[in-house]
Amino acid sequence: MNIKQNPSGLQANGFTLPLSLSINGKQYDLNIEPRVSLLDALREYIGLTGTKKGCNQGACGACTVLVDGERINSCMTLAVQYQGKEITTVEGLAEDGNLSALQQAFIEHDGFQCGYCTPGQLCSATAMIEEFKNGMPSAVSPDVASEEFEFSEKEIKERMSGNLCRCGAYVGIVEAIQEAFSNKETTVAHETFYL
Amino acid sequence: MKLFTYKQADGVDEAIKAASTKTISKFIGGGTNLVDLMRENIEQPDTVIDVTHLPLTDVEELEDGSIKIGSLVRNSHLAANKIIREKFPVLSQAILNGASGQLRNMATTGGNIMQRTRCYYFYDETACCNKRNPGSGCDAIDGYNRIHAILGTSFTCIATHPSDMCVAMAMLGAKIIVEGKNGEREIAFTDFHKLPGDTPNIETVLQQGELITSVVIPPQDFTKNSLYRKVRDRASYAFALVSVAAALEVENGSIKNVRIALGGVAHKPWRAFKAENYLMNKEVTEENFMLAAEEELKDAKGFEHNSFKIGLAKRTMVSVLKELV
Amino acid sequence: MSIISKIMETVVQAMPDKKPDRLIHQKKYIGQAINRVDGQLKVTGEAKFSAEYELDNICYAALAYSSIAKGKIKKLNLSAAQNAEGVITIITHENSLKLNKPVLFDPSGRSRGSAAMDIDILKDENIYWNGQPIAIVVADTQEQAEHAATLIAVEYKEGKSTLSFDANKSKAKTPSKVMMEPAEIKIGDAEKELKHAAHSTDNFYHTPRYNHNAIEPHATIAAFKEDGRLVVFDSTQGLYGVTRTVAGVFSMKPDEVQAVAPFVGGGFGGKGSVWFNTMLCVLAAKQTGRPVKLNLSREGVFRIIGGCTPSEQRVAIGADENGKFVSIVHSGITATTEHNNFPEQFSFPIRHLYASKSFYIGQKALNLDTVANTFMRAPGESIGTFAIESAIDELAYKMNMDPVELRRINEPAKDPTKETEFSSRHLIEAYQRGAKKFRWKHLPPKSQRDGEWLIGQGIATAFYPVYRFPATVKISLFADGTAIVKAAAHEMGMGTATVQLQHSADRFGLPIEKVSFQYGNSDLPEASFAGGSNQTVSVAAGISSAAEKVLEEFFKLASKNKNSPLHNLKFEDVEAKNGGLFSKNDSTKGETYIDILKEAGKGFIEAEATSDMPLEIQKYSMGSQGAQFCEVRVNEVTGEVRVIRWVGSFDTGRILNPKTATSQFRGGIVMGIGMALTEETFFDERNGRIMNPSLAEYHVPVNADVPNIEIIYNDIPDEHTPLGAHGIGEIGITGTAAAIANAIFNATGKRIRSLPVTLDKLL
Repeated sequence: MNIKQNPSGLQANGFTLPLSLSINGKQYDLNIEPRVSLLDALREYIGLTGTKKGCNQGACGACTVLVDGERINSCMTLAVQYQGKEITTVEGLAEDGNLSALQQAFIEHDGFQCGYCTPGQLCSATAMIEEFKNGMPSAVSPDVASEEFEFSEKEIKERMSGNLCRCGAYVGIVEAIQEAFSNKETTVAHETFYL
Repeated sequence: MKLFTYKQADGVDEAIKAASTKTISKFIGGGTNLVDLMRENIEQPDTVIDVTHLPLTDVEELEDGSIKIGSLVRNSHLAANKIIREKFPVLSQAILNGASGQLRNMATTGGNIMQRTRCYYFYDETACCNKRNPGSGCDAIDGYNRIHAILGTSFTCIATHPSDMCVAMAMLGAKIIVEGKNGEREIAFTDFHKLPGDTPNIETVLQQGELITSVVIPPQDFTKNSLYRKVRDRASYAFALVSVAAALEVENGSIKNVRIALGGVAHKPWRAFKAENYLMNKEVTEENFMLAAEEELKDAKGFEHNSFKIGLAKRTMVSVLKELV
Repeated sequence: MSIISKIMETVVQAMPDKKPDRLIHQKKYIGQAINRVDGQLKVTGEAKFSAEYELDNICYAALAYSSIAKGKIKKLNLSAAQNAEGVITIITHENSLKLNKPVLFDPSGRSRGSAAMDIDILKDENIYWNGQPIAIVVADTQEQAEHAATLIAVEYKEGKSTLSFDANKSKAKTPSKVMMEPAEIKIGDAEKELKHAAHSTDNFYHTPRYNHNAIEPHATIAAFKEDGRLVVFDSTQGLYGVTRTVAGVFSMKPDEVQAVAPFVGGGFGGKGSVWFNTMLCVLAAKQTGRPVKLNLSREGVFRIIGGCTPSEQRVAIGADENGKFVSIVHSGITATTEHNNFPEQFSFPIRHLYASKSFYIGQKALNLDTVANTFMRAPGESIGTFAIESAIDELAYKMNMDPVELRRINEPAKDPTKETEFSSRHLIEAYQRGAKKFRWKHLPPKSQRDGEWLIGQGIATAFYPVYRFPATVKISLFADGTAIVKAAAHEMGMGTATVQLQHSADRFGLPIEKVSFQYGNSDLPEASFAGGSNQTVSVAAGISSAAEKVLEEFFKLASKNKNSPLHNLKFEDVEAKNGGLFSKNDSTKGETYIDILKEAGKGFIEAEATSDMPLEIQKYSMGSQGAQFCEVRVNEVTGEVRVIRWVGSFDTGRILNPKTATSQFRGGIVMGIGMALTEETFFDERNGRIMNPSLAEYHVPVNADVPNIEIIYNDIPDEHTPLGAHGIGEIGITGTAAAIANAIFNATGKRIRSLPVTLDKLL
């Protein structure tokens, strides 16, 4: 038996179509059936197994990746829809081998136990902080019409509720996000809005 | 998931043409519901037409003050849109109360309207479900029906429509613009989804090959004073047991304008016309709110596990109206 | 009790205590809030879980499940599935290799198996539960296998099934034992005392079915190597359970099977036994001759991996005028199946918690035609403490007494039913510290409000027994001053490697970075399964035993050498520190391991040892306990409940790593919040089908459901345990549901005795 170190691709057959995905700045050429989800493309065809499958139904957030900087559930997609987009997975969060502030804060605050939901939590939190900075309100924002809201515990909890953690590391996750947020930016910019 | 042909449409006409064939086809936007249903074998299209490249991604203010929302505007973008937040905060709130940050980034306006029920028996291929398999019966009526409908049910189906966004849009009196091979038509939001009747498998008035291109919300100033309240089993990331979208305008202690819609109670977003009619020009009192709620829920019918929704809907409605005063 | 066990018990009682572990007060690494050593792997996505090993020529499997609860398969139509794209083979009872019946998990020790159910796999047409695997489809890709599995058409002949818990309660029987303990205990006449008690409460409590829902679904890769040896990458809490069970089923020798699981994505008991999926994956690998990967879908996990039983429990408490208990009754029924016979031990906590003049404790179990029930985080204690701790609260309100005080005055001096001494019990101290931190005040029901929200506080006692099992560990200490500790232990979030490295470094007096820990592979010595909160202390005892041997070897080597400063000393006079052995009296006198090996011209010293039998557990009453304090808000209009404040104050021996320990406690409490408020597996009694087999409809708590949870602990070492520590993975969930239900009562005046407390119950 031979444990392979390199990602594998699938041989083309009559049902597959050629596809090129840009992941963590690298181009991957695949031949896959259109029914393959982005999540399965990552895990089973490309060998990037950092992104996890917890429910395959958009109900747990373990599969969260960033597409052009926005967080999505990669399980609920067809991979073919993501050509031409820039996909970032947990493997792409560190820069030049240095952990991101969030990754470091997750370790410091023990924002995980088993680690299975962690890649999804990290991708989700990375994009969530950007959403917040761009003025995206949430269900608990006191006034959605307002342009000012506080990066409070309540806001973080609501905004991170799409990522289940069955080990129950939520307290550490919130602390880690608070720390990463405050280290990065002391003031919150509210100029940019989603349109 | 069965194999299918994937087509990417670059224009509305091309999408409609691709869908106007004999074989079963589905438009795919964010995929947040369709991919799941395909994986569960509930939807088995031969062709999946990707519409995400269509130029229907704008929110624009029309000359008459209406707001036109392209059907491919993502839920999160719609909720964060400045015009929507100022004019129709209830719509932002409703969207933000639905699903999760990730799903809202994927889900489109049109897809949200087209999403299907969360009924457990609809989802389980081995169960009897008239919606999934017409004529097979309904296992929910005598089964786990805690999340099911209390208004407008039939002997064939007691499922609910799960959307939050649609409740706000129904309340706002929105119109859905659809385009098909015979051109464009406009459908009142409240007429778009159907009650189950004898054909719970037919959920909307949309014809095969028709594509939702936009939603138009008519201008109205009083809906600035609006609110969405969702009652669910978790603090976040759960479908509504009951939700209420309402807008209220009070003048000299009496109700000048009122709009109410309920979610989680029926096969469609439920516009509370009866309660609205009752309240028009009435004095603003808690008692009147309660009487209006009674009026709306008069014909409500509970099942073994969901009768609580009748009282819950009334109480939530009253609470939301009080908050809007 | 048999005469033999009576004699055994007397002998154990008379045995002298072991000397306390020399490290119970050690403060170098043990006790420090060290970051997880596998943290970097987990935040970068590099930690490999079972489904993530890439093997040449691998193929994918998917399962088809029965849709009836009992009966027979009349006809299978496989043609559509067989003709589907990419299908390699479909294995059913019609073409399966004949396998041996799996051997059940046995709580008495290292049995030949660890199966969750002793049902034959794909042997015949019989169906025993709705969701039973009836076929395994193997194809080139995941998508192909999953799709083909849906194309299998089955005709059944339905048999008569027993599915309703309520309707069949009268058929429940008293089992011969409950997890090795008697199912019934009678002390005095509890019913009579209850009748004459000055104050009493007597109610039924109900808990529903629950499922573990670890975020990693069960996954297996099975591959036969050229030499015939089988490798199973399996998400398991019991590596040796996998090797033994699989070996038994496939007529192999246990050492011909290697189980690998360095990272497990949560288990909570659901991965504690060996379920059909592991064995079916091996079967597929055997029949195809290719490595096979079987990822269970979330639905698949619900269909074939059991969860926590439903229960109906009666708790009656009688007290005298002062509140001292004169009678405690805790009886009830749980469900199990005839294929696993596991009566969940809900009555265990009451055996140790309160002093009372009389007791009646009795468990019954009812066989249903379902997937086997199994251990789920604090099995027994989680649901048992809900009933007891609700009842205590009810009595306290009846007596108008602070529930902390009621517990204090009934705190036993000795174990109330075993009558043995406690090894370490400081529950009242935990209450005092918790009350202070929480600013506990006992206010009358429905007396606090904020607009629509009613506010209330509640408390409950947490309890979990101390378990330890013998563990084998191998340690090598090398001439460069590094050490490798090897044990087939498991990491599913407990911080296994982190804590055992802290321990090993202190045990040898080495810098922590000089020690490495190998685990997660059955080719390593058998440590212990990860369950019953035993692994940390069991492995610690194994490390301690092996380390003693290694140190003795070093001492022998050194003391033989006349030039060594250790030459004239006795082993008892030296201690391991500063990278070597040094005199206890004169820390300048000694030698480093590096020097000793250099002098002796040896490359390394290695020893393997197995820790002793856990006789201390028979001699003493050994438990962990704690006090849960919480505050809830209940919306008067909608019935929605929000937990907004929590203090967990624990008495669990020595805390080895405050950071990872806090996470364990919190994690248990979070799961308890779900148990209390949102979780329930919907079991349709008409046909035995689970109706919410998904994370969208089975509501585990989300981030917004969980408040900031403050954790404090006594941190008092237990002199009778390795490192003075207790396992802490399970205690957090205990008492949690009761604390919440009690707080809800305090907020609303409504007593809910049936979980989960969904909003409809409060309208």
